[in-house]
Amino acid sequence: MAQMNMIEAIRSAHDVVMDRDPNVVVIGEDVGFFGGVFRCTDGLQRKYGQHRVIDAPIAEGGIIGAAIGMGVNGLRPVAEIQFADYIYPGFDQIASELARLRHRSCGEFFSPVTIRTPCGGGIRGGQTHSQSPEAIFTHVSGIKVVMPSNPYDAKGLLIASIESDDPIIFFEPKRIYNGPFDGDPEKPAVPWSSHPKGEVPEGYYTVPIGEAEIVAAGDEITVVTYGTLVHVAQAAAIALGVDAEVIDVRSMSPLDVKTIATSVNKTGRCLIAHEATRFGGYGAELAATIQKECFYHLEAPIGRVAGWDTPYPHAFEWQYFPGKKRMMAGIRRVLEAE
Amino acid sequence: MAYKSRLHIPRAAARPGEKPDFSYLQLSPAGALDKPSIDARTQDIEYLSTGLVRVLDEDHEAKGPWHPNLDLDKLQVALRWMMLNRTFDQRMWQIQRQGRISFYMEARGEEAVSIGQGMALRAGDMCFPSYRNQGLYMYRGVKLVDMMCQCLSNTRDMCKGRQLPIMYHTKSGNIFSISGNLGTQYPQAVGWAMASAIKGEDHIAASWVGDGSTAEADFHYALTFAAVYQAPVILNVVNNQWAISTFQGTAGGERRPFAARGLGLGIPGIRVDGNDLLAVYSVTLWAADRARRGGGPTLIELVTYRAGAHSTSDDPSKYRPKDDAAAFPLGDPIERLKQHLIAEGHWSEAKHAALEEELKSEVTAAWKEAQKYGTMTEGPFLDPATMFDDVYADPPLRLESQRRRMQEIWSNNGNGNGGGS
Repeated sequence: MAQMNMIEAIRSAHDVVMDRDPNVVVIGEDVGFFGGVFRCTDGLQRKYGQHRVIDAPIAEGGIIGAAIGMGVNGLRPVAEIQFADYIYPGFDQIASELARLRHRSCGEFFSPVTIRTPCGGGIRGGQTHSQSPEAIFTHVSGIKVVMPSNPYDAKGLLIASIESDDPIIFFEPKRIYNGPFDGDPEKPAVPWSSHPKGEVPEGYYTVPIGEAEIVAAGDEITVVTYGTLVHVAQAAAIALGVDAEVIDVRSMSPLDVKTIATSVNKTGRCLIAHEATRFGGYGAELAATIQKECFYHLEAPIGRVAGWDTPYPHAFEWQYFPGKKRMMAGIRRVLEAE
Repeated sequence: MAYKSRLHIPRAAARPGEKPDFSYLQLSPAGALDKPSIDARTQDIEYLSTGLVRVLDEDHEAKGPWHPNLDLDKLQVALRWMMLNRTFDQRMWQIQRQGRISFYMEARGEEAVSIGQGMALRAGDMCFPSYRNQGLYMYRGVKLVDMMCQCLSNTRDMCKGRQLPIMYHTKSGNIFSISGNLGTQYPQAVGWAMASAIKGEDHIAASWVGDGSTAEADFHYALTFAAVYQAPVILNVVNNQWAISTFQGTAGGERRPFAARGLGLGIPGIRVDGNDLLAVYSVTLWAADRARRGGGPTLIELVTYRAGAHSTSDDPSKYRPKDDAAAFPLGDPIERLKQHLIAEGHWSEAKHAALEEELKSEVTAAWKEAQKYGTMTEGPFLDPATMFDDVYADPPLRLESQRRRMQEIWSNNGNGNGGGS
């Protein structure tokens, strides 16, 4: 075991898979010589060569289109989109091509592309470096969508994603690259070495796609969340002295309905939290699923804490971000509802 | 003096009721353009992107440095493939008009593109086609009956009812699945070619878009990536003059030929008479050799004319002169190769007519067979539950439960036709 932050864990996942499978190639803006703007691919080009870690032109649609073609020709491409906010030029290639290729060719052609992309706010990134567009992708049949919340899961999920024959969008909540964040920007940063999930095996392992994890067991309320807010939810529950069960969804599609439903049936109360804007967000899918599975056990309406339905602001980040204050208010609201 | 801006709206040379006008089309005489060595530098061969490579002249003789000197028997086979393509299209068009398939697109006037280029590529080269490249599938061995079954969405449909008619694929024939979204296959072809080079193989990729789709971002992504990585790929623009009702000027073809689009990136461009099978074959072979030997991409513009409608849903009489196709100065690819073979003493009107009849019978026999696997109204029908297959390699549970739900609903209504209505 080693101490790793999420960046090191993601880099290690690449290294492990590239060492095992010569068909794994990495392509993206600044990923090669420089090792990525967040350093997630640092050292890989030196180790595996320029043919396997490829610096790409600034053309997200081209990166994904080319990655699809590489995958059709037997490679296993990992495409990095530098910020999730930049993914939209590649959306047609993802939604119309990558997602549907297997289906439209009845399994004759497929392309096992993994698209890694840093998402989420909390870094003073303004509207073009803070978005959480996961629901846009969970809505597309044919792709899978995951988002780890810690180094251990990041490495295991990334290895599982690269090895999967299904195309996967791998969201990396960049606020927690270097340490868990409890949603209070006034507090000093905490490193991953202080967190049990900062302990990461150096070699090969996987975290299965499609499995949620109960990160804190409790009886009073279930908080269903993912990414950075997993840590915010835990901190909020502790601050309130509430015995909350916090579930890290990890895999948005496929969704581990069983783990979530079992928990909500037990607690009878549920708060859903995500950074992305609320209206039409992934929380709506979660709420619909939970009310169907848990209707007769629910003691209160399902609550949602999410980004406001505005573009992500620069100056008013902490009024916008569903941080500790908003999470505490959300938990209280669901607990107090009759 | 005040400055005054001016908005230029491209105008088609001729609209309905007007006399066809192709004066905008820059032509070169057959045999006029030099054939450079395959390692020529892009800047030394810019003339190829503005001139027009032609082999067959007005008297149906083959001439000049691009003359591929193909065996006449081989040319006869090429003629047969083009005629099969057209016969198939004519039949499928009628079948659509009879309401027996939902949609069709013909390649009339553009057959030399698929057949000439198909002949110049090797079987291991990967094709990323557009929707008017059905000739490629035929040439690479997809049976007519299988293409018809695809159009019928019947029990033998390679696409299992998931795709519009004509969106074929063949893994064994190395032709990619047709998307229906325009231009998306272009960067994919470049990625495929990059992978071929990464793996150290000598297979190349080829892709096709129309003049209209060159305006898509994917076209520019593909050119950039192909140039940056010198990918072994042939990027073809089939300039058939029309993108539904918009003429090629609206896609940006008024001032510079599409073949010149790559020059700024250092990609050589060749503008070729797309209705001259010999020239099409010859330039494609040149580009393929260049790519295969590490010379990188070539952009080929095939100047042709969409003699038919865009699709069965289109009516070209609403936007271009009725006799436009007949006035197109590069003629018809089948007629030109036929006349060349006759001029060479290797073909005759009688043989041609006999072959036409033979091909019609072949297509009729295929249609008869195709219907045995089901039509839109007569069984056998595909099981609609198969729509849930192949969405994922490892499907989520929700798809299985939705499949069961769909089956419950459709087995209870008792119409017994497997959900076809």
